Amino acid sequence: MEALLHQIFAGIANGGIYASVGLALVMIHQATHHINFAQGEMATFSTFIAWWLIQNGWPYWGAFFFTVAISFALGLLIQRTVLKPVEKAPVLTNVIVFVGLLVIFNALAGWIFDHTIKSFPTPFPKGSLIDTQFFSSHEIGSIMVMLCVLGALYAFFRFTPLGLAMRAAAQNPESARLVGVRVSWMLGMGWGLAAAIGAVAGMMIAPIVFLDPNMMGGILLYGFAAALLGGIDNPWGAVIGGFIVGILENLLGAYVIGTELKLTVALILIVGTLTLKPDGLFGKAVVTRV
Amino acid sequence: MNENTNNKWVWIGAAVLLVALCVLPFLVKNFRVFQFNMVMIYAIAVLGLNILTGFNGQISLGHGAFYAIGAYVAAILMDKAGVPYWATLPFSAVICFVVGYLMGFPALRLGGHYLALATFALALAIPQMLKYKGIEEWTGGVQGIVLNKPEAPFELSVLGQPLSADRWLYFYILLVTAIMFLIAWRLLRGRVGRALVAIRDHPIAASAMGVNLPVYKSLTFGVSAAFTGVAGALSATAVAFVSPDSFTSFLSITFLVGVVVGGLASIPGAIAGAIFIQFVPNIADEISKSAPWAIYGIFLILLMYLMPTGVAGMISKIYSRLRGGPAAASAGRSVASAVSQPVGGSQS
Amino acid sequence: MKRKFLALMVAGLSATLVSGVAVAQKKYDTGATDKEIKLGNIMPYSGPASAYGAIGKSMEAYFKKINAEGGINGRQIKFISVDDGYNPARTVEMARKLVEEEEVLATVGVLGTPPNSAIHKYMNQKKMPQLFVATGATKWGDPKQYPWTMGWQPNYQGESKIFAQHLLETKPNAKVAILYQNDDYGKDYLKGFLDALGDKAKTMVIKQLTYEVTDPTIDSQMVELKGSGADVFFNITTPKFAAQAIKKAAEIGWKPQHYLNSVSNSVGAVMLPAGPENGVGILSAFYLKDATDPKWHNGAEYKDWAAFMAKYMPNGDLKDLNNVFGYTMAQGVVQVLKQCGDNLTRENIMKQAANLDINLPMLLPGVNVKTSADDFYPIEREQIGIWDGKTWVMQGKTFGR
Repeated sequence: MEALLHQIFAGIANGGIYASVGLALVMIHQATHHINFAQGEMATFSTFIAWWLIQNGWPYWGAFFFTVAISFALGLLIQRTVLKPVEKAPVLTNVIVFVGLLVIFNALAGWIFDHTIKSFPTPFPKGSLIDTQFFSSHEIGSIMVMLCVLGALYAFFRFTPLGLAMRAAAQNPESARLVGVRVSWMLGMGWGLAAAIGAVAGMMIAPIVFLDPNMMGGILLYGFAAALLGGIDNPWGAVIGGFIVGILENLLGAYVIGTELKLTVALILIVGTLTLKPDGLFGKAVVTRV
Repeated sequence: MNENTNNKWVWIGAAVLLVALCVLPFLVKNFRVFQFNMVMIYAIAVLGLNILTGFNGQISLGHGAFYAIGAYVAAILMDKAGVPYWATLPFSAVICFVVGYLMGFPALRLGGHYLALATFALALAIPQMLKYKGIEEWTGGVQGIVLNKPEAPFELSVLGQPLSADRWLYFYILLVTAIMFLIAWRLLRGRVGRALVAIRDHPIAASAMGVNLPVYKSLTFGVSAAFTGVAGALSATAVAFVSPDSFTSFLSITFLVGVVVGGLASIPGAIAGAIFIQFVPNIADEISKSAPWAIYGIFLILLMYLMPTGVAGMISKIYSRLRGGPAAASAGRSVASAVSQPVGGSQS
Repeated sequence: MKRKFLALMVAGLSATLVSGVAVAQKKYDTGATDKEIKLGNIMPYSGPASAYGAIGKSMEAYFKKINAEGGINGRQIKFISVDDGYNPARTVEMARKLVEEEEVLATVGVLGTPPNSAIHKYMNQKKMPQLFVATGATKWGDPKQYPWTMGWQPNYQGESKIFAQHLLETKPNAKVAILYQNDDYGKDYLKGFLDALGDKAKTMVIKQLTYEVTDPTIDSQMVELKGSGADVFFNITTPKFAAQAIKKAAEIGWKPQHYLNSVSNSVGAVMLPAGPENGVGILSAFYLKDATDPKWHNGAEYKDWAAFMAKYMPNGDLKDLNNVFGYTMAQGVVQVLKQCGDNLTRENIMKQAANLDINLPMLLPGVNVKTSADDFYPIEREQIGIWDGKTWVMQGKTFGR
C-alpha cells in the first residue's frame, strides 16, 4: 500500500513538471494558435540564465524574477523579429521555424554553458515547508508556484483590458483589428508570456532533474500530452492534465507495462485523447462553420 | 515546330543526365558515393512524406517511424531469413503500407497541429519500442543488427575505379529511386493527385463532389508510409547496420525539413530536400565546431524567409519569369500560392 | 640547353635514389608522413551524451601540448575529431569520412558502445585501427575476431565482478535491487554482476528495473526499488541519472549499500550536483585519480595535470573526471606512437598497442596499462573508493588482473 501511495505521489510530483510545461504550451496556443515546439529549449535557456545569475551572487528570488522578465522580453523579441515575417505563412513554414529555433537554443545553451549537469537551487529546501515521506518541500513549493502563476494568468485574462485584447486578437484577428487592437503586438505579448511561464517551469523543474542543455527533451512530450489531455485552450485543464499524465505514467510503468514502454504509454495517451476526445477533458468544443 | 525541337532538347537533356549519373560514382571516392546513396534514400523518404503532407495536407512528424519499420523489416529478413537484399523491398513496402493505413484512422479526426503532435509522439516512442525485451530475439534489442554489405555481382572498372559495394549499391538505389519517383509521378499527376490536393485545400467541397475522404486519406497515409518504408529498407542495406538509436525523433523532424525545404507538393523538390538534409549538417559542422546545430537552425529559418515555397517553388518562379511574359509569371505565382495555402484548411 | 637538361636528369635521379633509400627506412600508411600523423576521433559533441564531449576536447588539448613540445619523433599530430551526436547511423558516416576522405592513420577514443558497434565490422574490414575505444563494453577485447579493435578502460563485466566479490565478502545474504540503463552498457554491467554472483543471483537479486535516456526522471523507479525492501543497490546509470538516483534515495530515506558504476563517479559531474552529503557511504570503482581528492594534490603528477589544464584548457572543469580520462588516454596514444618510431603503418600501430606495459601519471597507484597479443584490455585493475562527503577515499586494495 505504501508503495502504491509512493507511486501516486511521485506521479503527482512529476505531474507538476508536466503541468507547468503544458501551461506554457496552452499559453502560446491561446495567443497564437500555434504549438511551439521550441518551448522546451527556450525554457532551458532561461533556466541557464537564472543559473548564471545565481552563480554570480544574485539572491534566488532576484534572479528568478529578473529571469522571468528577461524571458518575457526575449519571447516578445523573437515573435517580433523571427516570427513576424512568417506570420501569414502556412502552418508548415511556421513549424519549420520553430524547429529552427529549437535547434538554435539547444546548441547555444550547450555552447555557452557546456554540457555537464549543474545543480540548480530550490527556493524550498528541505525543511522550509512541509516535508513528508511522500513529498519534498520543493515539490509542494513548485506546485504552489504553479498555482500562483495560473491564478495570475486567469486574473489577467479575465479582468484586465490587455488580457481581453489578447484573447480577442487570438480568436478573431480581423474583428479585433477593426476595434483598434494591435493584433501583431498581442501575438508578441502572447509569446512573451509563454516564454516567461516556460522560464518558471524550467526553474521549478531543474532542481529535480538537474540542469543541462537536454533537460527538457524528455519532458516536452509529456507536456504536450498534458496540454492535449486537458484541452489545448484551457490552462486549468493543462494543469490537471499534467497530474493525470504523471500519475498514469508512474502507475502503468510500475504495475502494468513495466518501465520499458513508458513512452508508448504517452503515445497511446495522446493518440487516444485526440481520437476519442479531441477537445481534451476540459476544453471547449470548437465548431467551424462550413 | 517548337514542340518537336523542345522534345528533342528534352530527350538530349535526359540522355546527358543519365550518362552523367552513371559516370558520377566513378569520379568520386567511395565515401562520397555512400553519401549520394543516402541522398537518394532520403529523397524517397521525403517524397513519401511529401505525398502525405505536401499533397494531402496531413502533417506528419512521425515518418521516422515508418523508415525505422522498413529498415528493421529488411534487416530481420536479411539477417534471420537470408532473404537477398533486393527482395526485402516489397515486404517493407507492404508492412509499412498496412501500418500507415492503420495510423490513417485516428488521423482522420485530427488536423494540423494535433496530427503533428500525435505523429511526433509515435516518433518518440519508436526507439523504445524497438528495444523492447519481448521482441529482442528478432530485433537484436539495443545492440541492433549488423548486416553484410552486398558486394557487386561482377567485376567492372570504369575510369580506373572498381565497381565497389558502394558503387554497385548506387546503381541499385538509383534504379529503385527512379521507379519510386515514376510511381509517384503517375499517381499524383492524374485524378488521384487532384483528389488529394482537393482534400488538402477544400475538404468539404471535395467530399461534396464525391471524393471519399476517409478512404483517400487513409490510403494516402498508407502509400506515404510505404514509400518511406522502402527508403528505410534501402538504408538498412546501404548503412549495413540498424539500431534503435539510429531512428530517433530527430529523424522525423529532419524529413519534414526536407519536405519544406524541397518544396511542398513538388516531386523533384524531394531531391533538393534530400540534398539539404544530408549535406547541410556537414557544412554546418565545418563552419562552427562548437555549435554546428545553431548554424543549421539559422539556415532553416533563413530558408523559410527567402524561399517559403522551397527550392522547387523558387525554381518554378525563376523558370516562369524566364519563360517570359507577365502571364507566365502570374501563372507561376498562382501555382505557388495554391501550393502555399494554409495547410489543413478548416479544422473542426 | 642540353646540359641543363642533363643536369636536371642527374639531379632528379639522385634525388629519387636518395629518397628511395630514405623511404626504405621509414614505412608509412596513408595518414602518416615525415611531418605529420593524422588521427581520427568521433565524439558526441551534441545530443544526449554531449557531456562526454569533454573527453574529445581534453584529448585535443593534450595533443596540442605534445605538438608544442616538438611532436612525436619530430612529427606533429593532427587530431581530427568529429561529432556523431551519439547516433550510430551518423557514426557510420563519420567513420567513413575519417577513413576514406581524411585518410587518417588510426582512430582513437571513439566513444560509446552503440556507435562503436555500428563501425566495428567496417573498421576491421578496412584494417583501420579502432584503438582505445572509449567504452568499457566487454566485447572490444577480442583480438582473434577483431584484431583492429582494442578497448581501454576496465571493462564493465570485470568491474561488476569486483562489486559482486565485494558484496559476497561483506553481505552474503543481502537483497539486491538494480537500476540499469536500457541499452548495451547497462546490460553489460548487469550480465557481469549476475554472472559473478552465480547461483546466488537468483536469490539475492530481488528487483531489476530499467530506464531510458529519454526519461525525464527516474524517481518512480527509485520509489519502486525502495519498496522492494532491498538493502543493496547496484546503480548502473549515466551521470545525470546517477545524480538523480543519489538525490532521490536520500529524499525518500533509503540507505542501502550503494554500488555506483565507474561511468558516473565524477565528483564535479555527479557527486556534487547530487548533494555531497547525500552520497556518503557510496562505493565505486576507480582507476583514475580524482582531481578533487586532496591526497593527490601534492604529487608531481597532479601538478603536471593541473598545469596542463591551466595552459591548454583554461575553461575546463577541474572537477570533471572526463578531463583526466582524456588526458590519460591521449598519453596512451602518444606512447603507442612513440613505440612505433618510424614504422607508422597501421599494422605496426596495432602491434605496438598490443605490446604495452606502462604506468601513466593519473592512474591510481597499482593500476597499470598492460596488453599483449591475446590481451586487448589495457586497463584492468581498479580500487574501491568510498565517498565521505568531500571526496572518494580509496580503500587501497587493487582488484583485477
